[in-house]
Amino acid sequence: MQLTLWTYEGPPHVGAMRIATAMEGLHYVLHAPQGDTYADLLFTMIERRDRRPPVTYTTFQARDLGGDTAGLFQEACRSAYERFKPEAMIVGASCTAELIQDDPGGLASRLGLPIPVIPLELPAYQKKENWGAGETFYRLVRALARPRETATSIGRPRCNLLGPTALGFRHRDDVMEVTRILAALGVDVNVVAPLGARPSDITRLGDADFNVVLYPEVAEPAARYLEKTFGQPAVRTVPIGVGATRDFIAEVARIAGVSPVLADAASRLPWYSRSVDSTYLTGKRVYVFGDATHALAAARVATSELAFDLVGLGTYSREFGREIRAAAARHGIEALVTDDYLDVEAEISALRPELILGTQMERHIAKRLGIPCAVISAPIHVQDFPARHSPQMGFEGANVLFDTWVHPLMMGLEEHLLHMFRGDFEFNDRTGSHLGKTHMPAAAEAAAAEPVLASPPSQPGPTAWDAVAEQELRKIPFFVRGKARRNTERFALERGITTITLDTLYDAKAHFGR
Amino acid sequence: MTPATDTLARAGSAGCTDAPIIQERGQREVFCGLTSIVWLHRKMQDAFFLVVGSRTCAHLLQSAAGVMIFAEPRFATAIMEERDLAGLADANEELDRVVARLLERRPDIRALFLVGSCPSEVIKLDLKRAAGRLDRAFAPRVRVFNYSGSGIETTFTEGEDAALAALVPQMPDEAPGAAPSLLVAGTLPDVVEDQFRRLFADMGIARVGFLPAPRLADLPSVGPSTRVLLAQPFLRDTARALEERGASLLSAPLPVGAEGTTRWLQTAATAFLVPRELFQNVTAAGAARAERALLRHRTALAGRRVFLFPDSQMEVPIARFLHRELGMELVEVGTPYLHRTHLAAELALLPEGTRIVEGQDVDRQLDRCRQAAPDLVVCGLGLANPLEAEGMTTKWSIELMFTPIQGYEQAGDLAELFTRPLARRQRLAV
Repeated sequence: MQLTLWTYEGPPHVGAMRIATAMEGLHYVLHAPQGDTYADLLFTMIERRDRRPPVTYTTFQARDLGGDTAGLFQEACRSAYERFKPEAMIVGASCTAELIQDDPGGLASRLGLPIPVIPLELPAYQKKENWGAGETFYRLVRALARPRETATSIGRPRCNLLGPTALGFRHRDDVMEVTRILAALGVDVNVVAPLGARPSDITRLGDADFNVVLYPEVAEPAARYLEKTFGQPAVRTVPIGVGATRDFIAEVARIAGVSPVLADAASRLPWYSRSVDSTYLTGKRVYVFGDATHALAAARVATSELAFDLVGLGTYSREFGREIRAAAARHGIEALVTDDYLDVEAEISALRPELILGTQMERHIAKRLGIPCAVISAPIHVQDFPARHSPQMGFEGANVLFDTWVHPLMMGLEEHLLHMFRGDFEFNDRTGSHLGKTHMPAAAEAAAAEPVLASPPSQPGPTAWDAVAEQELRKIPFFVRGKARRNTERFALERGITTITLDTLYDAKAHFGR
Repeated sequence: MTPATDTLARAGSAGCTDAPIIQERGQREVFCGLTSIVWLHRKMQDAFFLVVGSRTCAHLLQSAAGVMIFAEPRFATAIMEERDLAGLADANEELDRVVARLLERRPDIRALFLVGSCPSEVIKLDLKRAAGRLDRAFAPRVRVFNYSGSGIETTFTEGEDAALAALVPQMPDEAPGAAPSLLVAGTLPDVVEDQFRRLFADMGIARVGFLPAPRLADLPSVGPSTRVLLAQPFLRDTARALEERGASLLSAPLPVGAEGTTRWLQTAATAFLVPRELFQNVTAAGAARAERALLRHRTALAGRRVFLFPDSQMEVPIARFLHRELGMELVEVGTPYLHRTHLAAELALLPEGTRIVEGQDVDRQLDRCRQAAPDLVVCGLGLANPLEAEGMTTKWSIELMFTPIQGYEQAGDLAELFTRPLARRQRLAV
């Protein structure tokens, strides 16, 4: 048993729902107890979809268990077919139904429905959401995709875009961005799948010359199958960041046999990053956590396009642990591969980065620790399904990354300046700020100025601060003050210094100075 | 001393008292009982809820709790893994290990609930026994309870019923020959509980207890002199457990709206022989304020047709309020479960011929809803946006469980929950 407060990923059948909901004309019949329909609201609320996910649940109850749950499942399949008339159906069990062993695949096939019915085996006690999505997409492709009829391709080269799903972080806009780049290169898109595809579109996957793997977590198993079966090569560079987008263009050009048009002017990131205003970004200590695809991309952008220092890199995607470890090793750090947020929180607390790039969870950890943060990966909340165009991929995606990541730092700087000038006669608590009411009672302010986790629980040994040193400590920007305090106290403790003076503070600073 | 008599009830017909309830079976779009942990743990400040379940259970709690999950909440899931399913003995050892680790980290916890889920019920993991074993191991510091919040056994608010029923044996015995005491059962927001506490005190009802209590040590006592007033409609097992301890149940409509609140308070007043004049004096100001607050909303809602999907068992009292106090027409009142005895006073107040449906076949119910084209649909978050996209105006029902709606001072707020979506639709010009 694993003690869990919250989880980065849902169960694998939620991954299957992400595929079904992304597509049109596909219906998912899920053998599941009453209550599992909660997952519908992820799609209707977080992603704000205007339709119910195409999922029929058997919603069996305790009184059904002694009886004919298999019959209940068949009835659900039959009436779902009658009502929705899908082109194809996927059937499977959620975690509880897995335990009652009704065999959805066999039961559904016995109904003799006049459409393809694809059974899913999603081991709920071993695997998770992204694996479920990848497996479901692979099963669909395996069952439906046909090789192309004429052996050779005619006209412009064509590719499939594989991997975008429902509930995907910025998938909607990434598809638009990548399609635009491909068009500029003279490459047509044959099928985008699963997002917006019908089962009949999946049958046409074989018509393309090659595949583009947008999100390896979802698309890799299907891409590997298409590579092996139809001989379609796959583009595997994920175009997040300017450098990666250029590499992506080069890879597409090589595989498609077209000339690599580098639309450099399309991204403002290189110039913005070079402008003197960005100099203060140099060496900012950044912590990166997310799904493997976005974490790897963010690490590259952060270090080589914004000149941050990477102090931590991690993922909850265990399937990609090797890639993440290799990338971390290139930066001389050790990767954190975990799905326990307490591990992530502990590491962030210890490393005290100046910026966190992570998921919704890291956003909350950052808030508690008072560290600037930007979201780069699912799981995400409703505000990360924005109305405006905001891709992560391609040159426009790079613009979005620059703004999104630098914004919280600017805010952090602004807040720091507010604190620094607080002592000035014209900018004190009584005068208030033109930015709004920021006045706090002195005691509450003193408490709030130190983040709770910044001062460690009382350590053995006396490490008192004299008044002058304490005063000096308060002049250090609040977002690094906790670290300075801790380092100084550790320094004093190791040297048997009982009272920390101004000299101790600066000796420690010289000792730990980065 | 003249006891207050129930002058409000028994006016007119018997409403839906003997009306047939339509039973429907099929796919249900409802939450499971685990969801009630989200508000229960806020109320019970020294309790921790440990769900023994799957990743799905953890994911559900996370989705239902929204941002609350990040505020160090007092609930978690022990996720069963492949190896836990291999042998039951193992699972018990694993559970002991998880609980020991948890209690070590949270020394402030006094009550630990082991909450059963669908997976733990299906593999027949004996959590009752595990709770007994852990209770002996951690007593007296921590008491360990068990109930099931599984979807196969409970729907949404029934999780609270199961939790409170598990607490009843822990309530102290009422002293023999004690004067009658009032017990209000069902979680109420603190602000509402305080309002009721003041009203009862002003009526001279001296001994009033609330279940659940904020702390385990503060659980009210129970015995043959206890009169129970239900503050929520979904407490079937809790009421039965209280009756087994000798308590007797008062039959009242729920304290929703001005009328519901007056009738609910009146039931207690009658049972405790509160003089009629005193009752009037105590309630007059609140009742008048509530009436005033409702007036504005009545203009907006009167004559509008409302359709309620099943969710929390609050549907019948809410429908009664919407019809009698705001003048709405009831197209269909869905409820996941209907306890005729507990809702007797409510059913009597519904207009004759109201279509009441117990259970659900969601696709057929949606067909009926589309056909009826009501002015307002009360439904869950899985249906709300899709119905809005079809042109209907909706009010998402889960808010009724998280917002203070009971009592006089909240009557206007409750009405506003229903006027707001209509006003919004009217104002939007895009």
